[in-house]
Amino acid sequence: MDELDRAIINELQGGFPISDQPFAEVAARFNITEQELIARIDSLLENKVLSRFGPMYHAERMGGSLSLAAMKIPVEDFERVAEIVNAMPEVAHNYARDHILSMWFVLATETPQAHARALKKIERETGYPVYDMPKIKEYFVGLKLTA
Amino acid sequence: MNPEPAIDGIDRQIILATQSGLPLEPQPYHAVARQVGVSPEEVMARMRRMLVTGMIRRIGVVPNHYALGYKANGMTVWDVPDEKVDELGERVGALDFVSHCYHRPRHLPDWPYNFFAMVHGHDKPEVEAQVRQIANLLGDADRGHEILYSTRILKKTGLRIGG
Repeated sequence: MDELDRAIINELQGGFPISDQPFAEVAARFNITEQELIARIDSLLENKVLSRFGPMYHAERMGGSLSLAAMKIPVEDFERVAEIVNAMPEVAHNYARDHILSMWFVLATETPQAHARALKKIERETGYPVYDMPKIKEYFVGLKLTA
Repeated sequence: MNPEPAIDGIDRQIILATQSGLPLEPQPYHAVARQVGVSPEEVMARMRRMLVTGMIRRIGVVPNHYALGYKANGMTVWDVPDEKVDELGERVGALDFVSHCYHRPRHLPDWPYNFFAMVHGHDKPEVEAQVRQIANLLGDADRGHEILYSTRILKKTGLRIGG
């Protein structure tokens, strides 16, 4: 990753234009060609410096339901439970964290009913209660990372 | 609550065609239009509208934290008086090291925390310094907090709608 890659990452975490030739527009800001910008984004994706390029959709505004949930899982049962939780298509992310509430996952469903069903299924199959923590209010979601 | 702006079948097809990424070609919206079977102008008009309504949060690159050297990613959780959480949430969300910030329900007695802020640092001391900064900002409203570091990613997929 060179200085130009860093500049692209820092400048382009939002604001990519919606226009006939958006790459050409952005490339002009960096004094490079459209082809070079496309090649650099492609290679940053390939090298996993970027995890995505494109529009970030707001799941709840698409009518879906998104919730953070946690479970207290004893160490000796952790792998079994992780397998059950990860196998569910409704689980988008799942993290182990250093806390008594040791497993934290994001449930993304298209309806609130599907959300409730998924939670019940996890509780039934794992045998542990789920602490559901749907957001009450969002103050900020964005990335401001500096490359 | 925000009113739910309706999305129709064409919006849905545009979302399906772009949720894993925009095509890396000179005219990406034209490529999406060919896939969906509408004009490029219509794709662009609909995506502009989705940006305005907030259905699209933003368009651009999503960096991988770890690849950029942000190895310490802490979920900081706080017990803040409910009547102050909105005002303080806006101020904490404006800090440049906070990427996500939410009011969530407590689960008493086990879980007293009602305010979550994700912070990102190159190492744990940097995250701890960020937490002190949040604590200073909260002042007396900080009735207790913890940092939960992720120790392992068990699963990570994009948020998707079905086909």
